[in-house]
Amino acid sequence: MALLQSINPLLSAGWQRDAHEWRLENDTGWHLKDYEARGGYQSLRKILAAKMSPDDVIAEVKKSVLRGRGGAGFPTGLKWSFMPKAAPEKYIVCNTDEGEPGTFKDRDIQRFDPHAVIEGMIIAAYAVGAGRGYNYIHGEIYELYQRFEQALDEARAAGLIGQNILGSGLNFELFAHQGWGAYICGEETGLLESIEGKKGQPRYKPPFPANVGLYGKPTTINNTETFASIPYILRDGGDAFLNLGKPNNGGTKLFSVSGHVNRPGNFEVPMGTPFPKLLEMAGGMRGGRKLKAVIPGGSSAPVLPADIIMDCTLDYDSIAKAGSMFGSGAVIVMDETVCMVQALERLSWFYYEESCGQCTPCREGTGWLYKVIHRIEHGLGRPEDLDLLSDVSTNIMGRTICALGDAAALPVLSFTKHFRSEFEYHIEHKKCLVPRDVQKAGSTFHTRLMAGTAC
Amino acid sequence: MMLSEATLKKIDREVAKYPADQKQSAVMAALIFAQDEKGWLAHETIASVAQYLDMPEMAVFEVASFYNMYDLHPVGKYKLTVCTNLPCALSGGVHAADYLKKKLGIDFNETTPDGKFTLKEGECMGACGDAPVMLVNNKHMRCFMAPEEIDLLLEECK
Amino acid sequence: MLDFEIDGKALQVQDGTLVIEAAHQAGIYIPHFCYHKKLSIAANCRMCLVQVEKAPKPMPACATVVTNGMKVFTHSDLAVKAQKSVMEFLLINHPLDCPICDQGGECQLQDLAVGYGSSAARFQEEKRVVADKNLGALISTDMTRCINCTRCVRFTQEIAGLMELGQAFRGDRAEVMSFMEKTVDSELSGNVIDLCPVGALTSKPFRYSARTWELARRKSVSPHDGLGSNLIVQTQHNRVMRVLPLENEQINECWLSDKERFSYQGLNSAERLTKPMVKQGGQWQEVDWNVALDYAAHALRDVAKNHGAANIGALLSPHATFEEMALAAQLMRGIGSENIDFRLRQSDFRADGKRQGTPWLGMKVTEISALDRVLVVGSFLRKDHPLIAQRLRQAAKKGTQVSVIHSADDDLLIKLFAQAIAAPSQLPALFAEVLKAVAELKGVATDPALAKVGAGGTASAGSAANTETAMKIAASLVSGSNVGILLGNFAQQHPQAATLNALAQQLAVLLGAKFGFLGEAANSVGGFVAGAVPSATGMNAAAMLAAPRKVYLLLGAEPELDCADGACALAAMQQASSVIVLSPFKSPAALEYADVLLPVSPFSETSGTFVNTEGRVQSFYAVTKPRGEARPAWKVLRVLGNLLELDGFNYDSSEQVRDAVLGGRPEFVSGLDNSVAGVAIELPAAAGVERIADVPIHFADVLARRSPALQATANAVAPTARMNAAMLTKLGVTSGGSVKVGAGGTASAGSAALMGTATLFAELDSGIPDGCVRIAAAHVNTIALGPMFGSLTVERG
Ligand SMILES: Cc1cc2nc3c(=O)[nH]c(=O)nc-3n(C[C@H](O)[C@H](O)[C@H](O)COP(=O)(O)O)c2cc1C
Ligand code: SF4
Ligand code: FES
Repeated sequence: MALLQSINPLLSAGWQRDAHEWRLENDTGWHLKDYEARGGYQSLRKILAAKMSPDDVIAEVKKSVLRGRGGAGFPTGLKWSFMPKAAPEKYIVCNTDEGEPGTFKDRDIQRFDPHAVIEGMIIAAYAVGAGRGYNYIHGEIYELYQRFEQALDEARAAGLIGQNILGSGLNFELFAHQGWGAYICGEETGLLESIEGKKGQPRYKPPFPANVGLYGKPTTINNTETFASIPYILRDGGDAFLNLGKPNNGGTKLFSVSGHVNRPGNFEVPMGTPFPKLLEMAGGMRGGRKLKAVIPGGSSAPVLPADIIMDCTLDYDSIAKAGSMFGSGAVIVMDETVCMVQALERLSWFYYEESCGQCTPCREGTGWLYKVIHRIEHGLGRPEDLDLLSDVSTNIMGRTICALGDAAALPVLSFTKHFRSEFEYHIEHKKCLVPRDVQKAGSTFHTRLMAGTAC
Repeated sequence: MMLSEATLKKIDREVAKYPADQKQSAVMAALIFAQDEKGWLAHETIASVAQYLDMPEMAVFEVASFYNMYDLHPVGKYKLTVCTNLPCALSGGVHAADYLKKKLGIDFNETTPDGKFTLKEGECMGACGDAPVMLVNNKHMRCFMAPEEIDLLLEECK
Repeated sequence: MLDFEIDGKALQVQDGTLVIEAAHQAGIYIPHFCYHKKLSIAANCRMCLVQVEKAPKPMPACATVVTNGMKVFTHSDLAVKAQKSVMEFLLINHPLDCPICDQGGECQLQDLAVGYGSSAARFQEEKRVVADKNLGALISTDMTRCINCTRCVRFTQEIAGLMELGQAFRGDRAEVMSFMEKTVDSELSGNVIDLCPVGALTSKPFRYSARTWELARRKSVSPHDGLGSNLIVQTQHNRVMRVLPLENEQINECWLSDKERFSYQGLNSAERLTKPMVKQGGQWQEVDWNVALDYAAHALRDVAKNHGAANIGALLSPHATFEEMALAAQLMRGIGSENIDFRLRQSDFRADGKRQGTPWLGMKVTEISALDRVLVVGSFLRKDHPLIAQRLRQAAKKGTQVSVIHSADDDLLIKLFAQAIAAPSQLPALFAEVLKAVAELKGVATDPALAKVGAGGTASAGSAANTETAMKIAASLVSGSNVGILLGNFAQQHPQAATLNALAQQLAVLLGAKFGFLGEAANSVGGFVAGAVPSATGMNAAAMLAAPRKVYLLLGAEPELDCADGACALAAMQQASSVIVLSPFKSPAALEYADVLLPVSPFSETSGTFVNTEGRVQSFYAVTKPRGEARPAWKVLRVLGNLLELDGFNYDSSEQVRDAVLGGRPEFVSGLDNSVAGVAIELPAAAGVERIADVPIHFADVLARRSPALQATANAVAPTARMNAAMLTKLGVTSGGSVKVGAGGTASAGSAALMGTATLFAELDSGIPDGCVRIAAAHVNTIALGPMFGSLTVERG
C-alpha cells in the first residue's frame, strides 16, 4: 500500500511498499512495461511525433514553473534555455547523488520510477540538443545503480535511447555513473569532476556548466526529481503542473520526512501544502511527544523551532520568509527529547568529514566549528565560544568555492540562534539541558515497521 | 598484483560508456571492481588500475583516497557501515551501531579477530526514512535495522 | 579594451584579463597564494578576495574576469574582512615555527600575516600535524606547513607534464604527496620549491645553511644547455649558496631545470683546483702562477718550434665563455695552429666549410611556442633541453602538432602527434622519407639523392610502420602555416649530422619552414662566433684525437667524458707529451695525463658571455671571487698570450674581448644561418648491434657531474644496457641481468688499447629499436666503449 498520495501519475503512482520493503528484489512496477502502462513515454512519443520544437519544449517547462528539486530551486526551463544552441557537443547530467542528510526521495524515484528519469532526460536532451547523458548515482545505492542500468537496457531495446530514437532521427546515449561515497559530488561541478574521473572537488563558477561543463562542453545538470517531473509537464501541459502547486512554486513535490514521526517516508504533496498536513501524513509525532524543531530542507537548511514551522506552508517562499530554505524538501523532525547541542555536533561532524578540502575557509573552518561544538557538548565549552562559532560561520559563508561552506555554517548559526539557551546551559553546567535518559528514550530504535500500521 | 581478466572486462565495459579520449572517467568504476576482486585497494592494485587506464598513479590515488567507500586498508569479509547521521540517529542509528559494537566486540574502524567483520561509521546514505540503515560490503543496503534485524543479518553473513 | 576601476584608479585592460592581473597593471598588489600566472586557476586559497561593485559576496580576484565598467575595491571593509578571515583560517593549523623555517624571509604567508593576520589566536584546539614526505635529494618537506594551494601539484601536471605530486584525501586530511612515497624525478622538480608560497617544500641542499636575508643576490646566466637561462645566484662569504631563476619570458620564463638550479654544488666540490700545479718527475707540485704559466708557454713554444704548431691541438668546452673561446682561438692561431674546436661530441664534420653562417636555433626561443607544426629530429629532448621541451609541451596542449623522429622512445611528456623510432643508422633514411613524402604532397620533384629511399630503394626507414608514420608526419607538416624543424643533440652528434642538416634544409625550403639546431651547450653558437673552430687547414675535434697531437690545450674540457669517443680521447691525452689543462677542477683522469693544471674560474667567478642557441648575447659578472688562486680563464689566456709574445693580448676586461670580437655589444650575434651548400646526402646501411648513446642530463658537463645532490637523483643512475624484449631474448638475458658489452670495430689505432669492454646491467626498454642497445656516454663506466655511435658486441655476462 502506498505511503504517499499519488498526485503525479508519472511520479509516484506506481510506488508500492510492503512490510519487507527493503528487499528490492520484491519490487514490481518499475519496469518499462509498467511505466508505459502508467502513461510513461507518451510525452516523448508526442514530442517526437508532433515534431515539437526544442524551444517549445523549453517554453512548456518554463510555463510549469518547475524549480530545480536538488536544493537551489532554480527554474528548470530557464536553466535549459542557457544552453548554447550552436555547440556541437553537449551533455545532460542527472544528479542522483542524494547525500544531504534527511533527503531520500531520489532513491525511491530510482527504485520505483527509473523510466521517469530516463524519459525526462531524453526530453531534456532533445530540448537542449545534447547527444549524451549521464546519471550520477549516489555510492551507497549500488543496487539502484544496477537497476538503472537494467532500465537503460530496456529503454535501449525499445529504441527509446540510442541512435534514431523511435525513428525520429534523434540520437541520445545515456549511461549511469556510480558514485562511491562523497557528499560533495552532489554539488554539480564536483559531480562533473567526478564523472571525469577525478576527485569531486567543485569548480569555481563562472563559467557555469551551461557553458563549460562535462569535458569542458555545455552541460545541463538537474536533480533526479526534476527530470522525473518533466514527462508529466510535457504530457499534461505546463499549466496543469503549475496549477498542482501555487504561483512561483509549480507542481507537486516529494517530501522526505525523517526523524521523530510515526511514519517516516516520502510524501508527494502539492507545493504550498501546510506543514501540519505533512506532519499528519507522516503519522504525527512519535509517541505523542512534543515537536521541538524541524530542519525543513535537508541538513544544510537553517533549523526552525516548532512554532515557526507549524505556521509555514511547504513552498520556497513561505520557508524562506520563515528564515530557512526549502532546499531538497527533506524534513527532519525533532521532538523535545533532542539535545540541540548534540544534534548540531553530529551535523558539524558531517560537514567536516565531507568538506572536499580544496578551499581554505571550508577546509579549515568546518574542522574548527566541529571542534568547538564538540568541546561544548563534552562540557569543555567556554563563554566566548558562542561568539566564536558565529564569527567562524560568518567567515566561512560566501567565501568558499561552493555552497558547502554555507551549508556547514547555516546550521551552526541557526541552532545557536534559536536554541542559544541550550548552548549556554551546556557551557555553564557542563551538561545537557535535556536530561540524558530523556534523550535516550527519544532516539531509540524506531522503524516504520515498528509503527505497526503498514498504512 | 595484476587484475583478473574478468575484472578487466568489466572495466572495459565502463570505459565504453565515455568518449574515446576520456578513459579516465572509468577510474571510479575500475577501482570498485578492483576492490571487489582484491578485497581492498593496495598500492599495487591502484598502480595496476593506473596502468590499465593510462593514468598517472597519483591521479588514481587521489580518487581512491577521496571517496569514502574505497578501502585503502584490508577489511573483514563483511564490511558493515552504519549511518549515524542526525536523521538516522533520531531513529536509532547510533543504537544500532552500539548494538553491533557490543555483539561483535569491536569499535568503529576495527575488524573482528577472525577477520570476518569490519565496522564503519557511515555518513548519510540517502535512506533516512528507512533508519537505521547499514551497508553490507558497500553494495547491499539493509534498512530498518532494529536488533532483531541485525541478528538476522549477522546470521546470514557466513 | 575594457574600462576598469580599482581602488579609484581607472584603467583600460584587455578582454579576458583577470582582476588580479588588472590590479597588477594598475600597480596594486592583491594578496594571493594559489594563483600563479603560469598555472591553471584553482581559486582555492581565497586570499585574493576583493569587493566587486554590485556583487553581494567578495570575489576571488584570481578567478574573476574583468567586465566592462567593473569597479573593484581591494581595501574596502568587505574585502579586508574577507582577507583577514582567510588569513586566520590559514594560520590556525599552521605551525609557528618561522624561526627555524627555511622559507623565513621569503614566505608569502609570513609576509601577508603581518598585514592581514591578527595577533590574538582564537584557535585553541590542537593543531593538525602532517607527516613529512621523502621526495628525493632535491626537495625537502615540512608538510605541516602546507596550505594546500596545490601549486606544486598543478606544476607537476601542467608544466613538468607528469603528475608526480597530488593532493590525496579530503577535507583537512588533504595532503600533498607522491604516490607510494616515490621521489619526484622530473628534471624540472626544483621549481616546486619556488612555487611553494610557504616553507612546506624547500631546497634540500640549501636546507638550514643560511637565512635568505643574509644572502647577496647577483644576476648570472646558466652555463649548461644552449638556452642560457637567467639566474639569480645567492652568495654568502664568497660562496654560492643557492641558485634561483631570474624571470625572463624570452628565455626560461620563471623556471629552471634541476641541473641549472643545483649544479652550483659542483662549485664547492672537493675536486676544485685552487692552485696551479705542475707535474715533475711524475709528481704533482703546487707552484706559483708564473711558474705554471712559464711551463705551459714553454711547452707550447717548444713543440711549435721543434715539431710545428700543427702538433698542438686545443679542445675547448662548449660551456666555456665566449671570451675564453675567443682568446683561446686567438692564442692557437697566434702560435700557428688551426687545431681548435669546441664541438667535442660531434663526429661528422662534412659541413665544415660548406656552411653559410653560424648554425643556430633557426628562430627565437619564444617563436617555438608559436609554431603550429614541429618536427623534432634526433633529440633526447626532455633531458637535453628541459625548458624547450616544456615550451613544446605547452604548445602541444594548445594544438601544435609535435612530431618526433629519433632512435629512442623516451616519454617526452608531450602530447605527440606522431613519432617514428629507428636505429641510428636508419635515422637519415627515415628523415629522408619525410622529406620525400612532403615533396610528393607538394607535387615537387624529389632530390635524386633520395631515390634510394622508400619503396624499392635500398635505404630503409626501419620498418613499414615508420614509412607510414613518415607520411603522417609529412601530412602534418604540409598542413601547417608556421612550421619548425629542430635538430637535437643526437642529430648533431650523429655520424651523418651533415646529411641530417642538408635534409632539414631541403625540407624547410619545401615547407617554407624554419629549421635549426637545439644548442647542446651554453656556447654552442658562441663557439662559432668566437672562432673556436678550425679553418680549412686545421683539424677538428675528432681529427685531433684520431691523429693524436703532441700537445693539447684543454679549456674546461674533460675529453674522456666530453668527447664523441671517450676512449679515443683518453688515449690521445695519454700519449701526448704535454697536456695543459685550464680547468676549475682536477679530475683523476687529468691528474694522470696532464702535466700542468691551471686553476681557472667557473662561470660564477668570472665575467663573461654566453651566446645562447637563438644567438642572444648574454654577458654576466662574477658572483663571487675566484676560489683559492683560481683566475678567470680569459686572464690566464691573456697572460699566456703575452708570455708567448703574441699580438693583441692587451685586454683589460672580458668586455673588451667581447666587444672586440663582436664589434660592440649586440643583442643578437649576426651571421646566423643554418644552410649548407654541397653536402652529399648519404644514407648508410645498418650494421651490427648499434649503440644509442645519450648524454645523461646530470653527467653532461663538469659542474653537474660534481653536484652531490644531482648525483643522488634518479636522473643520475649509472648507465645500463637498455634494449627491447626481442634483444633481451636474443641474448638470453632478463632485465636486471648483466651483459658484457664490447667496443665495436671502428677504433682508431691509437685508441685500440683503451677500447675494451664494460659489464653493465641489462634493462628492458621497449622504446629501443630492434638490434640496438642504449648505453649512455659521458660516464666513467662506459668510456671504454668508445664512440657514441656505431656497432658494439653484446653478450650475456
Ligand atoms: C554541497 C552541495 C550538495 C548538493 N547535493 C545535491 C544532491 O545531492 N542532489 C542534487 O540534486 N543537488 C545537490 N546539490 C545542488 C546541485 O549543485 C545543483 O544545484 C542541482 O543538482 C541542480 O539541479 P536542479 O536545478 O534540478 O535542482 C548540492 C549542492 C551543494 C552545494
Ligand atoms: S566549500 Fe568546501 S566542499 Fe566546497 S569547494 Fe570549498 S572546500 Fe570544497
Ligand atoms: S589566489 Fe585567488 S583564491 Fe588563491
